[in-house]
Amino acid sequence: MTETARLPPPRPSSRWGLVGIVLALLALRILGFVLIAFLIVSISLLVIWIGLPLLLAMLATLRGFARVHRRLAGQVLGTVIPEPYPAGVTGGLFVRLRFRLSDRATWRDLAWLLEVQTIGFAVQLAALIAFPFLPLGWWGSPLLLRTDAATTRLLAGPQDAQLQQRIGELETSRADSVDHSAAELRRIERDLHDGAQAQLVALAMNLGLAEELVERDPKAAAALIGEARQSSTTALADLRLLVRGIHPPVLADRGLAGGVSALALAHPRPVEVDAQLDGRPPAPVESAVYFSVAEALTNSAKYSAAQNAWIWLRHDGSTLTAMVGDNGVGGAQLTPEGGLVGIERRLSAFDGTMSMASPLGGPTIVTIKVPCALQQATG
Amino acid sequence: MRVVLAEDLALLRDGMIRLLTAYDFDVVDAVDNGPSLLRALTQHRPDVAVVDVRLPPTFTDEGLRAALAARAEIPGLPVLVVSQYVEQLYAKELLSQGTGGVGYLLKDRISDVAQFVDAIRRVAAGGTAMDPEVISQLLSRHQDSSPVSTLTPREREVLSHMAEGRSNAAIAGKMFITEKAVGKHTNAIFGKLNLEQSEDDNRRVLAVLAYLEAPRS
Repeated sequence: MTETARLPPPRPSSRWGLVGIVLALLALRILGFVLIAFLIVSISLLVIWIGLPLLLAMLATLRGFARVHRRLAGQVLGTVIPEPYPAGVTGGLFVRLRFRLSDRATWRDLAWLLEVQTIGFAVQLAALIAFPFLPLGWWGSPLLLRTDAATTRLLAGPQDAQLQQRIGELETSRADSVDHSAAELRRIERDLHDGAQAQLVALAMNLGLAEELVERDPKAAAALIGEARQSSTTALADLRLLVRGIHPPVLADRGLAGGVSALALAHPRPVEVDAQLDGRPPAPVESAVYFSVAEALTNSAKYSAAQNAWIWLRHDGSTLTAMVGDNGVGGAQLTPEGGLVGIERRLSAFDGTMSMASPLGGPTIVTIKVPCALQQATG
Repeated sequence: MRVVLAEDLALLRDGMIRLLTAYDFDVVDAVDNGPSLLRALTQHRPDVAVVDVRLPPTFTDEGLRAALAARAEIPGLPVLVVSQYVEQLYAKELLSQGTGGVGYLLKDRISDVAQFVDAIRRVAAGGTAMDPEVISQLLSRHQDSSPVSTLTPREREVLSHMAEGRSNAAIAGKMFITEKAVGKHTNAIFGKLNLEQSEDDNRRVLAVLAYLEAPRS
């Protein structure tokens, strides 16, 4: 997702600007009737296959149509009207149509379309006619246009309660993200300082000493060099562990399916993996889901006394779902200091969720869901 | 012995060429990317290849995939894969082709030059050289109910050395026991794991590795 620069809101148009806008709006009314006709046709054609792609295309056209009107209404009101649409989905026609039809914004757009073609039409026409009739038109027209624009904002813009809730969610998840990143960086710095850096200092020291002794006491020098080699091996091992904790190489190489397969292989009990993804989620999502699965598996190994476990991974066009289950004793709970709670917070940065079902006696299933799009595999 | 080397870090590549030459290997080609590696392997048909997993252009597992592709075309082509990190998944893929002449070591092991050269020679002779890290990961999967847990600590040690690909003589040297003692341990191990002993050292090692890797019921 790219961040678009925050533009200042447009100033309300001048009166002549408003004339231009009302003319544009009236021209769009003609298109609006055509759009309604096409929508009706495509709905009636749903009984045969062609209706599906046609309806999807018409809904996309409707979104574009509403977009233009939002921009015009924004210019009239001197503000920016955000779009109320969720991120799109990938997938087949049925998946996409179901997604659009279950979205409130689609139905509000349709309601807006009906309104703007009838009441809106009348208001816009009245505004145009009133212009020549100064002084009534001088105040009346812009007032009419602002009413029309406000109606557009009401029906085609985001709903206030929706926005407030969304803002709240984003603020929380951003704070969590920042906390998590800061904690991670501190951990890395500490690990490097106490681990690899310390080893390298010891190594340098030994080599320095060996350099001094190499002629006077070759045996001692050889021993020191051997120790230096040991330190280098330990430093490498530390760095390997650190890298694995940041971004495991196998995850970068093989993607999420490969990464969880590697986790399964490393698990002390047999783990069955059923992972089907045709494409890769964005790298941070991959990483978050990988570590979620790793945490769930670790908990299973530590507490569940299970005979075996399984991992299931799918993407349904809009959401990535990962499930980790075992046939252990169950009774698992989310404690505030536990690893799973940290995972939950990490997932919330992507609007992801984690839930756990763990009745006493088992089995335990951890379900992770993250909305995201898959990038198609290249070659 | 003719060697093909694949390593994209110039410093390391030069160092390894120097090391190999000092031990009387003939470095016929030293490449720094995946496509060149595949070409070099199939054209030169070296006695052994030493290959870094991570190579350009993708910097993922180019080296590994080139090694597998070359071995598919030239079965049994000896390849020693080295890496900054070891993954059980990659070890499994290397061994999946079923033939010997394959190794997977951490780059750390290069610092122990004598052992490293020994590993190269072992792989060139059709044997195996699996990193102790990989073996210990494999062994840790066999706990509790697995027959591996019935082995004595000595037997476990012999098993892990065997899985690395070492001969009885080498194991004896490492554990400071006689070759006969090693033989007794291996008999016991194969008995407890219910594996058939084989005259052929390589086949024996592959059998052990296959056993350790197999998904448990």
